[in-house]
Amino acid sequence: MIREIQLPSRIESVDQAAVEADDFAKSCGFGDDFVSAIDLAIRESVANAVKHGNKFDESKSVDVTFADSDEGFEVTVRDHGAGFDVDEIPDPTNPENLLKANGRGILFMNSFMDEVSWSNHSDGGMVVKMLKKK
Amino acid sequence: MSDITITERQAGDVTILDLAGKVTIGEGSVALRTAIRRLLGEGKNKLLLNLGGVGYIDSSGIGELVSSFTAVKKEGGTLKLLKLTQKIQDLLAITKLLTVFDVFDEESEALSSYN
Repeated sequence: MIREIQLPSRIESVDQAAVEADDFAKSCGFGDDFVSAIDLAIRESVANAVKHGNKFDESKSVDVTFADSDEGFEVTVRDHGAGFDVDEIPDPTNPENLLKANGRGILFMNSFMDEVSWSNHSDGGMVVKMLKKK
Repeated sequence: MSDITITERQAGDVTILDLAGKVTIGEGSVALRTAIRRLLGEGKNKLLLNLGGVGYIDSSGIGELVSSFTAVKKEGGTLKLLKLTQKIQDLLAITKLLTVFDVFDEESEALSSYN
């Protein structure tokens, strides 16, 4: 089962994505604990796409896909921004970065999902794929 | 309806903010920032954030806690945290921020620590 949604680049889309994920995951039979575990990763990935990818440009969408696969719950989030090199994001747990206000979203995505990968879409924008295993 | 409610009370020279709701990207984080800046403007710089009623926080909210901590410290004050939920404690552990914040379970213990 797959669900695709397109969201505008605004803060409210973060909540909307989480609600859609919750609904989709439960319709696929995933339990409350599982849904709770993926919730923050989905919010952080959509927030990144809205804020850093599309830079709040409402003419650019955030494209989100949820899929129930044999492995587990898969989420793909694509923005239409300029892209970035994920390896250049500073580690927020390094002592010199601890007091920075930003930069912890990717850490949370990696912490709450089993697999997270980043790529540049051939038509532009960044794509993050995440998997939470069953 | 607002995502977050912030209630202020005074215990001696310590200002306690009881937070209830969500501290997340957008309204919740902005409300916390506004409250902290206002208190600093009033010369109140011994602050205790009671997070016991915070049901949800994201990286933006965690970032706002850090910004508040540094803003208060810059003014010569202290910001401490009270009653972390298990979820917030987990997130502060993941981000290694438990090494930064003074954290208390009991309000009386937290208030004593300012002396």
